[in-house]
Amino acid sequence: MSNSHADVPHFSLTDYRTGFFASVVLTAIPFWLVMSGVLANNTLTALVIAGFAVVQVFVHMIYFLHMNTKSEGGWNFLALVFTVIVVGIVLSGSLWVMHHLNQNMMPMPHNMNELP
Amino acid sequence: MRNANLTAHYYDLDEHDHPEGGSTLLGFWLYLMSDCLIFAMLFAAYGVLGGNYAAGPGPRDLFELPLVALNTAMLLFSSMTYGFAMIEMQRGRVGGVQGWLVATALFGAAFLSIELYEFSHLIADGATPQRSAFLSSFFTLVGTHGLHVTFGLVWLGTLLVQLAQHGLTEANKRRLLCLSMFWHFLDVIWIGVFTFVYLMGILR
Repeated sequence: MSNSHADVPHFSLTDYRTGFFASVVLTAIPFWLVMSGVLANNTLTALVIAGFAVVQVFVHMIYFLHMNTKSEGGWNFLALVFTVIVVGIVLSGSLWVMHHLNQNMMPMPHNMNELP
Repeated sequence: MRNANLTAHYYDLDEHDHPEGGSTLLGFWLYLMSDCLIFAMLFAAYGVLGGNYAAGPGPRDLFELPLVALNTAMLLFSSMTYGFAMIEMQRGRVGGVQGWLVATALFGAAFLSIELYEFSHLIADGATPQRSAFLSSFFTLVGTHGLHVTFGLVWLGTLLVQLAQHGLTEANKRRLLCLSMFWHFLDVIWIGVFTFVYLMGILR
């Protein structure tokens, strides 16, 4: 009978160390960028820190969650890909639709008593 | 005869041996993916409503980045100590596992305390969840994450008792692996929270 724990990942100190130090760097740089305001352009800063977040998610997935394309016969990875697609649709769809809806709204004063 | 062969070919007639807990890790991973969808909804709600301050305080008035940085460090340290616990489990040392789990629990508790301190200050300043759509979605998103950490701590405490009573049995190892995924998953969600809620809130 095959070993029921064949899919249990092998935990190595090197993996955790690599993941930890990469995460420290990938966290410290965005905080530094925002707190010091080195990049004068806010949109550019937002794009850069979003990029750092994506890279850090990958680092956590690989070094902490031991994600790979083969565990559990690939089902782990397939579920992850499906989730990423749904999350992408939910986020981009909500923001896109609601942004356009906001643009089409009549400008309103914050205080309803000020209405003409 | 030929029919029987065909049937056996298309349908799985043999009863397979299902080892105990053989599919627990995959099942738990699927749970985490569905949890990920809950957080996606909350992030989407925050993304849509995060700019509606209702003439109330905005992120720049409320967020204190040094506190958030400290919080982020606590959660990252707890991920690291949980990793050490997993390595001790691999070596079969129950004492080492317990020690690192206690360290993880302390870092997790520190994270929660800092978060509750932040929340209590916001509420004392009048920035309650009822104040604006921005604050409602903020408290829902960050609060749901905090609630997950709370339940993670309860689970951690339960496992410490289990370990003390039964040691590193196969069932306990499986439970430790599930909690390991849960804990690291919460750290992944936190990356999204500190980047898109706190840091981008200051930039807004």
